[in-house]
Amino acid sequence: MRLVLALIITIFGLTGLAQAQNALAPNVPTATGAPHAEGNEYWRKNHMDLMRHDRDLTLREGERDIQASLGQCFDCHAVEEAGEPVTYENEKHFCRACHDYAAVNVDCFMCHRSTPSDNVLNRAMATPDEPNSIAAYLARLAAEADQ
Amino acid sequence: MSNRAELTRRDILKSGAAVATITLASGVTLMAFGGSDANATGADAGKRWGLLIDANKCAADCSDCVTACKTENGWGSHGEHASPETDVAWIRKVTLKDKQTGRTVSAPIMCQHCETPPCVDVCPTGASMKRADGIVLVDKHACIGCRYCMMACPFKARSFVHEDVTDQSVNAPRGKGTVESCTLCVHRIDKGRIPACVESCEAAGHSAILFGDLKDPDSAISKALLNYPSIALRADLGLNPGVRYQNL
Ligand code: HEC
Ligand code: HEC
Ligand code: HEC
Repeated sequence: MRLVLALIITIFGLTGLAQAQNALAPNVPTATGAPHAEGNEYWRKNHMDLMRHDRDLTLREGERDIQASLGQCFDCHAVEEAGEPVTYENEKHFCRACHDYAAVNVDCFMCHRSTPSDNVLNRAMATPDEPNSIAAYLARLAAEADQ
Repeated sequence: MSNRAELTRRDILKSGAAVATITLASGVTLMAFGGSDANATGADAGKRWGLLIDANKCAADCSDCVTACKTENGWGSHGEHASPETDVAWIRKVTLKDKQTGRTVSAPIMCQHCETPPCVDVCPTGASMKRADGIVLVDKHACIGCRYCMMACPFKARSFVHEDVTDQSVNAPRGKGTVESCTLCVHRIDKGRIPACVESCEAAGHSAILFGDLKDPDSAISKALLNYPSIALRADLGLNPGVRYQNL
């Protein structure tokens, strides 16, 4: 009985300790939208590899329906200050919450925008009824050739 | 060409296994990475995208294609050290004058998307690359800004970004210290849209830029190339560019 009690105390003690560590850990800004199916822990650990993998898919193979699109992180991970989403310049930015703490420095935002963009036209496949779709364009050329 | 991508793909398949375990354990829907290949879209090796530019239809005083490219890809606002020699230009209007006859003719010049691109040959990091569908790109993630490709390009089609860039377009991430050029609007083509310059030229009523698949013998561009005279810029170099000109 005493042993069990000791065990219980140790377990509670340990969780208490873990909570204490969490209080020191960086405060990750809350996100909106659907959480990642693989869980936070997985993304915390692997986000860099996922993005590195998917950027090669996009750039080298033209595959754009990727799961780790840096262009889309801020759909859900935008941090606002005074009603405006903050850029990577601001230490409150989502990508800096942990990085500043862990002394990680990424150069992504030299090129990529670090705020949400309302330019989402090129996310969806064009449909033939859109005038600037390749299908509509080719149809116009064909109609011209027929005349 | 796809060595780097292959390697990382294998890495991810390994971690994909980890994904499955984790999600099964926590009872969340199973979702695997890198498994979407069966219905993958993307660069199609069965195609080669190209442009045919008719200089007769190109109005000397019109630069809508340049403006459209700037808007689409977010280049063209120059910083404090701007100068015509160093400013970024993915596409520019060039006017030629025949000294004997006085005929002037105007046309846009951009990356010619060569079949054998010298910029790819000289790149020390593999950043300069050609996609399966013939589009020549800079993978800026691997670009170290050495500018060999700029030296190698006979068309002066590439630019170096000399100054900090902010508020980029999602269409085209770009930043200081790397080389860039016309991407034929890959981000649009991959989503089934025509390049911005082609769209704007048509909207301006000129339709001087014809876009299409050079590998498809029935495409309008292939038929035009078959039936009417056209030239490749610097044809003597044998680079077989994907951009061709008429009436230049
Ligand atoms: C559809 C919305 C959505 C998108 C897009 C998205 N996320 Fe998330 N992400 C979430 C949600 C929701 C959570 C859970 C956050 C929470 O608990 O507050 C989360 C959690 C995370 C975490 C773990 C945070 C923690 O508390 O440990 C990381 C890291 C992360 N995301 C990175 C990314 C990256 C990198 C991208 C872009 C490649 C991205 N996310 C895109 C919604 C999204
Ligand atoms: C939940 C905490 C957390 C968040 C949020 C987070 N990161 Fe990270 N990231 C880390 C940690 C920790 C490392 C370092 C891992 C290591 O060194 O092993 C890291 C490393 C990286 C690396 C690799 C850096 C290198 O030099 O190898 C990249 C790239 C990266 N993060 C991108 C991002 C981006 C982009 C975002 C925002 C969309 C983001 N991260 C948000 C925790 C986070
Ligand atoms: C020198 C400029 C530059 C830098 C720095 C850079 N990128 Fe990119 N990135 C690009 C360009 C250009 C593309 C291609 C965009 C396209 O074709 O739509 C791209 C595409 C991507 C994509 C795929 C497109 C998407 O949906 O997001 C991902 C993911 C990506 N980059 C991640 C990163 C990460 C992570 C970092 C930082 C470690 C980074 N990039 C740094 C220029 C850059």
